[in-house]
Amino acid sequence: MNKREFLKGLILFFPAGGVLGALAQELDAKEAAPAQTGTAGAAPKPDPTAYDPKSHYYGMGIEIDKCIGCNRCVEACKAENNVPREPFFFRTWIERYVIKKDGDVVVESISVKGKASKDTVQEDADVLRTFFVPKLCNHCMHPPCVQVCPVGATFATEDGVVLIDSKRCIGCRYCIQACPYGARYLDPRTKTADKCSFCYHRVRQGLRPACVEVCPTQARIFGDLRSKASRLVRFARMNKIHVLKPALNTEPKVYYAQLDGEVR
Amino acid sequence: MSPDMAQGLSELLEQVTGYIYPNEIELQWSILIVVYPYITGLVAGAFILASLVKVFNVKEVQPTYRLALLTALAFLLVAPMPLLLHLGRPERFYEILLAPNVTSAMAMFGFVYAWYLMGVLLLEVWFEYRRDLIVMGARERGLMGWIHRALSLFSTDTSEVALAFDRKAIRAITIVGIPSAFLLHGYVGFIFGSVKANPWWGSVLMPIVFLMSAIVSGIALVIFLYMMLAAIRKEPVDMPCLDTITSYLFYAVIVDFSLEALDFIHRLYQSEESVKILGKLITHKLFMSLFVLQILIGMFIPLGILVVAKWRKLNEDGRKLLYFTAVILIQLGIFSTRWNVVIGGQLFSKSFRGLMAYKLEVMGIEGFLAAIVLLALPYVILAVLIRVLPTKRLVDEAPKPA
Repeated sequence: MNKREFLKGLILFFPAGGVLGALAQELDAKEAAPAQTGTAGAAPKPDPTAYDPKSHYYGMGIEIDKCIGCNRCVEACKAENNVPREPFFFRTWIERYVIKKDGDVVVESISVKGKASKDTVQEDADVLRTFFVPKLCNHCMHPPCVQVCPVGATFATEDGVVLIDSKRCIGCRYCIQACPYGARYLDPRTKTADKCSFCYHRVRQGLRPACVEVCPTQARIFGDLRSKASRLVRFARMNKIHVLKPALNTEPKVYYAQLDGEVR
Repeated sequence: MSPDMAQGLSELLEQVTGYIYPNEIELQWSILIVVYPYITGLVAGAFILASLVKVFNVKEVQPTYRLALLTALAFLLVAPMPLLLHLGRPERFYEILLAPNVTSAMAMFGFVYAWYLMGVLLLEVWFEYRRDLIVMGARERGLMGWIHRALSLFSTDTSEVALAFDRKAIRAITIVGIPSAFLLHGYVGFIFGSVKANPWWGSVLMPIVFLMSAIVSGIALVIFLYMMLAAIRKEPVDMPCLDTITSYLFYAVIVDFSLEALDFIHRLYQSEESVKILGKLITHKLFMSLFVLQILIGMFIPLGILVVAKWRKLNEDGRKLLYFTAVILIQLGIFSTRWNVVIGGQLFSKSFRGLMAYKLEVMGIEGFLAAIVLLALPYVILAVLIRVLPTKRLVDEAPKPA
């Protein structure tokens, strides 16, 4: 390489580096966003016709060791999705596990009591380990709820989200019985089934689900399994992951890192 | 959400033991869904008893043939009502017929039901009664005559050729009807048995257990109705008929019990993940309805009674009394069976860590009174049916081979 070539390379290197860096940032930001047409300077309003569901496949990662049980995700979910405020209906909730030395396991949903993490477990010599587990609809790849719905009111979208058409649901509740994770409830106002939608209305606009947005420790990671630059794919690469009740072959798309065997 | 509901759920929350998923506090399938399989079971059982006469030529059972058919019809007419009342959005029920999801077991309900009602039961009843309806329609004046003529669809042919065709048709329909009755109730069992999320329900034996208990309850119901009707009409009971049917009942209870015992032993021996919580379920929540009502009062005691009635060579009145007691206890037992499946399957958490509670309301669409009305309604319909369609062949009819 002579001096001329070196200088030429140098001139190209810095701008190219800048462009690549910016592109990488863009990719990360757009992992949940619809494919936008036009250049970066175009109108920020996404064009819904440009969104191609086939090019996305959404899932969620949960890093158990990062969850501090603050319950913010539950609050955000209830506010964002107009979930009944009473403590009997949840699209997402947090479980606290306390495993004692004698093998005794005490599980509690801190979302029901509403006491959140204030009601902490006392430092106890009997306690072996303790942790929080956020739960939500697993948006299974092989969802039993979709299989049993007599009218097709609950369905899986091409981009991998299990949704309910509340205008078609007849309220037979078979889907609630068929869900192994207790993720569904009958909305007392509409008398139709309801559950987590991965905040599909947000995701379609390039936003993240409300629970992911507010999590202060980034215990929840939302992403697109079809995108190589997705944070979720990176999460799955960096962690040993596990799903809930794998023996039922529902193939959940909520992936847990550091999941304890006691969690069901 | 009504304050009553919030209050009710809060009270239930107090009764939870262990851990349950928060959405599980509300029990989804209430007493009405207990009534539904109970009623369809009676339909299937009564029809299978009726088919003994036509397909297997069991002549002793002939006196109950028409009663069994009408019983099946009366209960079948009521069968969809608890389902409809239980829907959150009953005004959308037609979706299940217009836009059924082909992978859903429940979506097949409309088709199975319509086939059984129109392809089997109404057809068989019509062919069985056609001649009598023509005779009565010609004999009677006024409204009743008109009703009978209309029910015969204004046919007038009572020639031997036509009657021979009726008999052939009945036989053909019954042969198709037996698998259809199996389908009707086995299908209900499949709705529960195919739920893999629920270990209390998810069992391949479920449709078979449902079917056997259906046969038990249907036979017991027809015996009950036959004896009641004879008492009301002050007519003698046909004892060979009663002895034969109770023998069938005896064997059906034994088969039913064996299947349930097999299911129980299998679960216990396999001892899967759910075995601990199911053990707690049957000892804490279902002790009364499972061990006492279903097994002791609904199976062992009636079996003992039937053994005594058959082997001690009692006189007619003694046998009648024992049979009557046994069939009532069996009815109670089968209703408990349905309760234990439907309600029992919803009293433990799918986290396998806790038990819920169910509080049966008295009033309201899903309450005790609604269930009683639905359980009584078939008897009212049956009373009307018997008035229009006599349970005995008209006397002026020439005896014909079965």
